[in-house]
Amino acid sequence: MNETGSTASEATAADNTPVDKSELARKHYVVAGKMFLLAIAMFGFGYVMVPLYEVICEVTGLNGKTGRISAVESERRLEQTLAGNDADALQREIIVEFVGIVSAGGNWEFRPNEREMRVKLGQQYVTSYFAKNLSTQPVVGQASPSVSPFAAAKYFNKTECFCFTRQEFEAGGSRDMPVTFVIDPKVPVNVDRVTLSYTFFKSKDQQLSSVTFDSGEPSGS
Amino acid sequence: MSAYDTAHHDDHDHHGPAPGLTRWLYTTNHKDIGTLYLWFSLLMFFIGGAMALIIRAELFQPGIQIVDPMFFNSMTTMHAIVMIFGVVMPAFVGLANWMIPMMIGAPDMALPRLNNWSFWIMPFAFTIMLSTLFMDSGGPAGGWTLYPPLTLQMGDSFAFVIFAIHFMGISSVMGSINIVATIFNMRANGMTLMKMPLFVWTWLITAFLLIASIPVFAGAVTMLLTDRYFGTSFFSAAGGGDPVMFQHIFWFFGHPEVYILILPAFGVVSSIIPTFARKPLFGYDSMVYATASIAFLSFIVWAHHMFTTGMPLAGELFFMFSTMMISVPTGVKVFNWVATMWRGSMTFETPMLFAIGFVVMFTIGGLSGLMLAITPADIQYHDTYFVVAHFHYVLVPGAIFSLIAATYYWIPKWTGNMYDEKLGKIHFWTSTIFVNVLFFPMHFVGLAGMPRRIPDYSLQFADWNMIASIGAFGFGFAQIIFVWVVYKCVRGGEKATDEVWEGAVGLEWTVPSPAPYHTFEEPPPLAVINKNHF
Repeated sequence: MNETGSTASEATAADNTPVDKSELARKHYVVAGKMFLLAIAMFGFGYVMVPLYEVICEVTGLNGKTGRISAVESERRLEQTLAGNDADALQREIIVEFVGIVSAGGNWEFRPNEREMRVKLGQQYVTSYFAKNLSTQPVVGQASPSVSPFAAAKYFNKTECFCFTRQEFEAGGSRDMPVTFVIDPKVPVNVDRVTLSYTFFKSKDQQLSSVTFDSGEPSGS
Repeated sequence: MSAYDTAHHDDHDHHGPAPGLTRWLYTTNHKDIGTLYLWFSLLMFFIGGAMALIIRAELFQPGIQIVDPMFFNSMTTMHAIVMIFGVVMPAFVGLANWMIPMMIGAPDMALPRLNNWSFWIMPFAFTIMLSTLFMDSGGPAGGWTLYPPLTLQMGDSFAFVIFAIHFMGISSVMGSINIVATIFNMRANGMTLMKMPLFVWTWLITAFLLIASIPVFAGAVTMLLTDRYFGTSFFSAAGGGDPVMFQHIFWFFGHPEVYILILPAFGVVSSIIPTFARKPLFGYDSMVYATASIAFLSFIVWAHHMFTTGMPLAGELFFMFSTMMISVPTGVKVFNWVATMWRGSMTFETPMLFAIGFVVMFTIGGLSGLMLAITPADIQYHDTYFVVAHFHYVLVPGAIFSLIAATYYWIPKWTGNMYDEKLGKIHFWTSTIFVNVLFFPMHFVGLAGMPRRIPDYSLQFADWNMIASIGAFGFGFAQIIFVWVVYKCVRGGEKATDEVWEGAVGLEWTVPSPAPYHTFEEPPPLAVINKNHF
């Protein structure tokens, strides 16, 4: 933008004839147009920050966003670690604590079935959360995970989780919902305790799948 | 055909303002629009001030005495919105309108009709904003930062708040576009960029900050609006969004915004101090570069407002160091002001008193800002009254004092009359004493742990809160002196000379006092320009 400024000043300084008004008006429109485009671009940038933020969270584990890997990938990584020299890391144990929170206004019972587990790095573990719909209406829930400390978040990988899908409950329905996780052996050495927390929301999308009503059984896994 | 042409020809017919009220409605004259902006912000200053006094009255003693907590919260929120968007920003735009064309030897702003629009949007925006206080669901009460999910829980007056904010943003962006076009295209022959007064420089940079940051804010509030009414989930975790993301987007706007509020103040003070020290400004070039550096840095420090949201260590370190880095260019400015005064033949007229008050007290606010930049310390200070003390020190004896200083400095040029110097000095001393009685104790209660935005507090904070409230009422009533001085000066008084001040430098002092309705229809000769810059 400074180029515009210096060009303008040179032009103004160069000619000592009175300024041609239509020429001046044209220059106003050029500058105003550029500034207007900048404003529009910055409005767009605000929206670009949304996907950008997602990516940054995924890469850094910011906000405790956990990783998701396939069971096959989990096996492959374990083999890789065993083959490598860092097999010692597999002997490390970490305590994983489980927390369940119901978001404000939610009419649920929601809690982990185990308070904490001692886990070895690189191994897959399964635990479960219990949820019960206390209302008289069928509802769809959605769990949102968070891991603290954040430094551990990106090493906390889930191969299977009830948070991956929407959870449908009929009125008064309840069930245990499993989560399978593995902690990457590369987790920083100063981490000896990790808390996995789920907040259970009423999903924004309350469209029930027809299966729920036909079978009369709770759907989801 | 252009707005510029039309305005120019119209004005040629009568060489003076149109009679009656429509003068103000249809005016495209930069001086008229500047005046409208300044009166508007003065009115808003008292509305926002009244809200502050309601807050301080409630906090005079612990317990809930005067207002209910919800209304208290909407007072803190509205006070911030009114003071930021309704007082400091429009007042500086008003000064820009009045002074920039006269300082660069231009006949008017580049886009006079746009200018008229920029102003006239504001009263409507604030009518809408303030009307929410009288709606069933009340005004916004979740803080001016509008954090979700809290802010999404307010009643349907929420839509009015967002609408009003959009209007304020449109007004600011249009005003800024106009200022950039004016500075780039309308400078008189020979007025090179590096001869421009610093007020013009700081406004040029501020205009860029506004154009680059206000639209981001517009985007953020639009996301809030669609989250609330159109089923999107930008900030709702239930739909896969993240409320912390709002804070990132908001502060990406919010931090440049705080420099929008203070950079023009730097320009004002850089104009006033050389005049009354009767010395050229020390380090003009470094002032320009420092302003530009501050503007650049303001875009990469936003997350220091969110140290407690949990950030990777690397992020905390980056935002801590980049924030501290801002104290370097700011320090350059403070040292330059002090060096300008060094061995000058100083006199202490009211504008100079306010300018010196600015330098001293803005620096106090700057130092507490540096304390807040330290991540581990900030975790203790976060959302306490220490933060309130910090930003009020940079905004009240900072931005507001500079606006008052600018008014005393240029009002003889605007009205052709000298203001009442004795009353001006009384205004300065009462303001300065009470502003410190008001805000200094907030450091103590903040460090002791008093949280901000609460209507009630623990007993151990009672004494300092009472003192702060006394300071608040003292400061508030002291501003009535200011209105009285301005009123007297507009009505009459000792005639001002064209130069007004003995040591004043700048093209605005080469035109008669009061400044005629049209100035610099013929650009000033090169010799005049070269004689009138730092």
